[in-house]
Amino acid sequence: MMALSFDLALAALLIVSALAAVAGRGLFRAVIFFIVYGVLVALAWARLGAVDVALAEAAIGAGLTGVLLLAAHGRLRREGLEADPGAGGQGFAAIGGAGVALALGWAWFALPEPATATRAALDSALPDAGVGNPVTAVLLNFRSFDTLLESIVLLAALVALWMLARDGAWRQRLGLPQHARPGGVLASFGRVLPPLGLLFGAFLVWSGADDNGGAFQGGTVLAASLLLAMMAGLYLPPRIGERLWQSALVLGPVVFIACGLVGALVWGGFLVLPPAYAKGVILAIETGLTISIAATLALLVIGPPEQAHNSGGAA
Amino acid sequence: MARAIPKKPRRPLSAACGNSAGMAWGDIASIGFTAVGLVFFVAGTVGLIRFPDVFSRLHALTKADNLGLGFLALGLAFQAPGWTEIAMLAMVWALALVAAGTAAQMVARAALAEGEEDERP
Repeated sequence: MMALSFDLALAALLIVSALAAVAGRGLFRAVIFFIVYGVLVALAWARLGAVDVALAEAAIGAGLTGVLLLAAHGRLRREGLEADPGAGGQGFAAIGGAGVALALGWAWFALPEPATATRAALDSALPDAGVGNPVTAVLLNFRSFDTLLESIVLLAALVALWMLARDGAWRQRLGLPQHARPGGVLASFGRVLPPLGLLFGAFLVWSGADDNGGAFQGGTVLAASLLLAMMAGLYLPPRIGERLWQSALVLGPVVFIACGLVGALVWGGFLVLPPAYAKGVILAIETGLTISIAATLALLVIGPPEQAHNSGGAA
Repeated sequence: MARAIPKKPRRPLSAACGNSAGMAWGDIASIGFTAVGLVFFVAGTVGLIRFPDVFSRLHALTKADNLGLGFLALGLAFQAPGWTEIAMLAMVWALALVAAGTAAQMVARAALAEGEEDERP
């Protein structure tokens, strides 16, 4: 009874916050309701027992996407473009959104039901996967090609973002100058939280092998810690082309591809993992991926280099 | 982060130290403390909606965050299966305190700088 009323309340809140994000007045309000919606979706996933998805939704869907949307809103406001799109624009967006929803729904019903991906098949294959968490087993062993491409897509997104930089700003530090008072509350917060974030992020990756967690969740927590240190003015954002950062950005895909090639040469197929080595290889890939995901996500939020020529450092 | 609400099936400590009258003291403490916490959350929400300016709204909001969440965590601690969970609840509360305090300071400072710009009608 209690559980049912909780679920009903959660479902109602989900619908209300989704409607408020889409139909509400004002961009800022829409962004806030989108974040609220993400947190509620994460709760819903947790209620369904999908803790890994809940963690990813809370960290990426609500947290990271929310920060990106807030940053976009701030930029629109700075440049005086914060006007509502008007009835025509909203109608166009509504038709587009409905079209995407219909197409996805059609694809869902039109596709044949996958016969192989049953729980029983997964359970019988799991002992050979090297890890005990079925989600990690699927992401990094059974369907690791998808994950490899995802990690490269993330990198491509960052490069595409950098393409938006003006020529004059290319050699400057990434993002806008951060205005944090030295010795203020944000500076203290930026000192207290990153060590805890580092610990928690590393724990999430390690625990992802046999329990809930994984590279994306852990990487997002690490990215948030990095961002906090940058926004608090304690750590200056890098410039494009700094060797250490470049290495961090490509480490995950490089380790991933290298392990795939070893599989192709030794174990009989690209990304093939023999059970005896699977856990070690998966942990190596996950560690590399975590570092790359953390660096990429943090730099995506910081944005392309935008500082004027004369202000090289933190203002 | 997302583990703030423990959803595990509980074998409460309180069951071990129950009285014979059916309801354990731990359960009574849980109900009492979470009820106090809910009162703070309701009061904080009402204040957030009704108070006139940014600063008093912040006051209402952080009251709900700090005291309300504290009492909720205290009430839940009586249902925790062991000390690990109690320590996790305490940590959730402590982190929320630090984050809420920092956020409130920054919102207040931004409001001071912008001179009470209020979007509401």
